[in-house]
Amino acid sequence: MAVRLQTAPFAPGAELDAFTAGQTGAGAIVSFTGIVRDVPGGGLQAMEIEQYPGMTRAALEKIDAQAAVRWALAGSLVLHRHGHLTLGEPIMMVATASAHRQDAFAAAEFLMDYLKSRAPFWKKEITAGGGAWVDAREIDEAALRRWDD
Amino acid sequence: MIDVLYFAWVRERIGLPRERVETRAETVAALIDELRAREDRYALAFSDLASVRVAVDQDLADFDAPLAGVREVAFFPPMTGG
Repeated sequence: MAVRLQTAPFAPGAELDAFTAGQTGAGAIVSFTGIVRDVPGGGLQAMEIEQYPGMTRAALEKIDAQAAVRWALAGSLVLHRHGHLTLGEPIMMVATASAHRQDAFAAAEFLMDYLKSRAPFWKKEITAGGGAWVDAREIDEAALRRWDD
Repeated sequence: MIDVLYFAWVRERIGLPRERVETRAETVAALIDELRAREDRYALAFSDLASVRVAVDQDLADFDAPLAGVREVAFFPPMTGG
């Protein structure tokens, strides 16, 4: 179980290799990487990600701990950047390891759904026309509700 | 005194990231009413509460959350992580 919050870019492949190397007891590893995509029609110059210093890390750790309670995980990684990002750069990744694939897939989806709507990050897309805050999507709230029980 | 923090477009509309607020408000909702009454920029930031979220002492909370003993309240738009 590991949580990392950073401004620096990271290499998803290297992160996944390092995570995998530490999971000798697991038979399945699932990972997800979110990257900065262009705006419709093109022209994205940068993405600024604001966070809530003090709360963000605790929120990520809480989400990570909840996943560890719900599924039989051998390990997990939650890595999220903030600050200034450019087109195509990785924003965040999650990786989960378990004995069999079902728990690893489910826990990775759970982590993603919570990161989308419950971790205190706010994305702003910067174009020549200025900056625009990314709107939260109802589909992400709906995704979160499926874990209620 | 409560530290009140603002993030993303809530911060931009109000024009500052944080401030100390002298208040006797008993709930988050009552604090919002006090802030709204101050100036137009606050009224604008809190004009549609469906698009505002709140954290009380760094935990997500509801607008009816009590403020007794609370040190920090933060207002922000729905989160867009991931």
